[in-house]
Amino acid sequence: MSRLIVLIVIVLGVLAIAQLVRLYELSSKLRDRREEDITNRDNKLNAGLLLAFMVFMFGGFIWLMLAYGWTGRGDAASVSGAQTDWLLNLNFWIIIIVFFLTNGLLFGFAFKYVRKPGVKAYYFPHDNRLELIWTVVPAIVLAIIIILGLKSWNEQTDEPGKEAIRVELFSKQFGWTVRMSGEDNTLGFFDYKLTNENNPLALMTAATIQNAIDSMENGMSGIKALERKLNDRTIMLIPEERDLMVTDLDRKERLIRLLYQMKVRHNSKLDVQAMDDVTFTEGDTLYLCKNQEYEFNFRAKDVIHSAYFPHFRAQMNTVPGQTTRFKFTPSVTTDEMRDKMNNQKFNYILMCNKICGTSHYKMKLMVVVLEPKDYEVWSLKTSYTDSKAHQKRLAKILKRTPTPKEREDWLKASKTFKNVYQVGKPVEAPAAAGTTDSIPADGAAMPIDSLPKA
Amino acid sequence: MAAHEAHAHHDAHGHHHHEEGFISKYVFSQDHKMIGKQFLMTAVFMGIVAMLLSIMFRIQLAWPGEGSDFLSFFLGDKWAPKGVLSESMYLGLVTIHGTIMVFFLLTGGLSGTFSNLLIPLQLGARDMASGFLNMISYWLFLLSSVIMLCSLFIETGPASSGWTVYPPLSALPQAIEGSGQGMTMWLASMSIFIASSLLGSLNYIVTIFNLRTKGMKMTRMPLTIWAFFVTAVLGVLSFPVLLSAALLLMMDRLAGTSFYLSDIIVGSEMLENHGGSPLLYQHLFWFLGHPEVYIVLLPALGLSSEIISTNSRKPIFGYRAMIGSILAIGFLSFIVWGHHMFITGMNPFIGSVFVFTTLLIAIPSAVKVFNYITTIWRGSNIYTPAMLFSIGLVSTFITGGVTGIILADSALDIAVHDTYFVVAHFHIVMGMSAVFGMFAGVYHWFPKMYGRMLNTRLGYAHFWITIVGAYGVFFPMHFVGLAGAPRRYYDYSVYNEFNTESFDMMLDLNVIITFFAILAALGQLLFLFNFFYSIFRGPKAIQNPWKSNTLEWTTPVEHIHGNWPGAIPEVHRWPYDYSKPGAEDDFIPQNVPLMEGEEEH
Repeated sequence: MSRLIVLIVIVLGVLAIAQLVRLYELSSKLRDRREEDITNRDNKLNAGLLLAFMVFMFGGFIWLMLAYGWTGRGDAASVSGAQTDWLLNLNFWIIIIVFFLTNGLLFGFAFKYVRKPGVKAYYFPHDNRLELIWTVVPAIVLAIIIILGLKSWNEQTDEPGKEAIRVELFSKQFGWTVRMSGEDNTLGFFDYKLTNENNPLALMTAATIQNAIDSMENGMSGIKALERKLNDRTIMLIPEERDLMVTDLDRKERLIRLLYQMKVRHNSKLDVQAMDDVTFTEGDTLYLCKNQEYEFNFRAKDVIHSAYFPHFRAQMNTVPGQTTRFKFTPSVTTDEMRDKMNNQKFNYILMCNKICGTSHYKMKLMVVVLEPKDYEVWSLKTSYTDSKAHQKRLAKILKRTPTPKEREDWLKASKTFKNVYQVGKPVEAPAAAGTTDSIPADGAAMPIDSLPKA
Repeated sequence: MAAHEAHAHHDAHGHHHHEEGFISKYVFSQDHKMIGKQFLMTAVFMGIVAMLLSIMFRIQLAWPGEGSDFLSFFLGDKWAPKGVLSESMYLGLVTIHGTIMVFFLLTGGLSGTFSNLLIPLQLGARDMASGFLNMISYWLFLLSSVIMLCSLFIETGPASSGWTVYPPLSALPQAIEGSGQGMTMWLASMSIFIASSLLGSLNYIVTIFNLRTKGMKMTRMPLTIWAFFVTAVLGVLSFPVLLSAALLLMMDRLAGTSFYLSDIIVGSEMLENHGGSPLLYQHLFWFLGHPEVYIVLLPALGLSSEIISTNSRKPIFGYRAMIGSILAIGFLSFIVWGHHMFITGMNPFIGSVFVFTTLLIAIPSAVKVFNYITTIWRGSNIYTPAMLFSIGLVSTFITGGVTGIILADSALDIAVHDTYFVVAHFHIVMGMSAVFGMFAGVYHWFPKMYGRMLNTRLGYAHFWITIVGAYGVFFPMHFVGLAGAPRRYYDYSVYNEFNTESFDMMLDLNVIITFFAILAALGQLLFLFNFFYSIFRGPKAIQNPWKSNTLEWTTPVEHIHGNWPGAIPEVHRWPYDYSKPGAEDDFIPQNVPLMEGEEEH
């Protein structure tokens, strides 16, 4: 019913306009006015409107600037981000001046030089001096912009320092997983063919290769199971289903050959690099330390995603088949930022910023920046391997020598790959004590409470 | 010269015309004027569709999760259950909106309409070099449009990986439904579109080189023709690269090759593709994609140069500098594509080279802007709707152009890449400028196309609603982007989890944007009404309504095959002798011989 009414209104509206136009045309005919003859009244009216529009446009822009201008993301929370913001503001000032100047000239002249009876236009086909000016002046301004921009870009993309902590961010539809490089600050090798439920990040060790081979051969939909099914004459299969299974089998047979090659070539001395890596569960908060440089290594499992940290002014695509890298140094802790923004519920975030599927807009990871002393506790808690260095760090936190029982607890709770990777057991098995999972809803920066305090 | 022979040949049978049948006149026409009109009609229809699609997703962005009769009316229960847009259709709408606007409206529609109409008329040619290829070009364009529209109606939905269709997302139906049949149709449609575009462009280039009338030196051509010429060259050099990108993508999808795919596990399915690179696609795509911006923009700039000069009754300022800047923009547009890829994992050093080349484009652009402003300065400006739209174009070209300086700077691009800041930037500088140029062209050359006049008052109303709507939509959008909002997000509920203030701000702005978008869309009804009404009932046009210099206004109002009933006019001067001191009238058409003692400009 409502649709019908809308339809009727539209039809009537069109008819009304048609009648008005007819009326207008008849009156033009009576006054012998033709469409191409723009009356002085119309001309002046439009010239005035152009000026009025300029005022509206400038006014609107200023209002938007004042109301929404620089507030959106808050101050930059990383060292390079502050530099970016400085440069961004400088560039904004330049382009805002150009915007006002050129639009002002355009609309101003359009208003001023409206046709006036008896005044002929000024024949002015070219002027080399003027043209030189507006070629050279923009060139100089652009040169400044380019030099400052490239300087900043080189700093941002330069190799990170030796002290930088290496972190991997693994992306898939629709979530992020964090892997820290652990005690040796080296991320272990990986190969996507090793992915299975025990090893979601596909880390490469002698054990994971063997495990991948086993599950591809003997798993639920492994080669043997497929062969059995296809050869079993008692099972009726729809032709399409059979085709799918044959394709799947072919592919798996090719893949397993590659796995065997990998096994032969694998150098198990390198396993230690992976063993101390701290692997988190998908969606676990990323904890960072204030004033610590980080090198992020990005991986994608399925399609392109983009790791976008709006508050750190950092962004990098994650590309299947390729590791991309980016570095930054957080400079403001979550608590400090909350005070700055006067918003105790504020958090840093990592969003996906490259269309990756229907739930693209939900793909995010919470980020928390801690003071160094809090970070030290968290970092040791998640990466504890009971090495000499770790014992020392633990002693520092506890301010005494840790007892064997304490050391054992810490070792159990740590999330090193060695600890977490247990063939046959789901990875999600919770660690014995403490939790580093998502941020508590009440907005507390991190669950340090459960950690031993001095 | 070949051109002269061709003219002589045409002149020989230029006088007798036979009545054409309906089919050969309106359907399989080989006449450039009719083909131009066919392009225009198709593009107007495609433009309406794309605009409707944008209104649909704007409703979702302003009132996320609220049911709307409008959506359920158009999309039904499958794509908008209870009037709420589904996530997958949201992405489908965004993708098809972008594709249609960029390729079908602003490439096919703008260049197809006005290159076809104006190249022979302004050069003094009887028709295009090859009328037959021209006809094929239109029919391929129509076919590709139909396929693209059909893809909206299939069960798995249209292509939905964004108008850039980056693989692997666009290559894997397992990753998103739209990458199934919808994507296949997208690729088929685009491949046909490219063929159409190439046929058209080659035809334009050949015509411009060979069929200029006597006296029409390259340096006496109107700037419209220069713009169409460079546009056609850009198209010929860059569209084949897109075709190769599309074909390789098709191979990856259908033949199991690994051009773009490597080490992928989608869902729980482990693919064996190895060694390909998604970056290869991006390089190929943007090698077209950036010249494409100028394929869209240059014709609009060419049209507005002509219109501004005519209506300010002044020669365009710095004619040769204008040609130079068109050529410079055309050349530079081929070496800047990497600025779309600063953060894709491309080597940062290559990135810095692209920063340099990209920012260079600002120089010829600035020259163009200042030349326009100087043309208006001390003119005797007449505000026809076409003139208003041209001034609107210069304004949007400035406003959208300056934000390009931020985006071209890789160090700053990191902070705003793929946010709404980018969306606002390219909609203003490419979308609005080109659309304004197209409207300006339609208002200005409507008398030439249909022999009737558009209603001026409706034209005014249309212009004012459109420019207010356009700025109302895209100004606030910059601020959504500066607040960090990523594009192609179905809603911004994620902001609730980390910054509720930003969330509120974005919702406020999104409501403003959608309000203006709906306003602007309704404003287009005025144009549509004016357009179709005037085709049939508008007052009859006179031969040279705008007192313009170029040759198309020396042809009779009634269209005839071959354009001029008698001999083709000869050209004696440049096209911008407006208000020349010593002349009686304030315009001297190009075919008027130089007076004794008169110097060419």
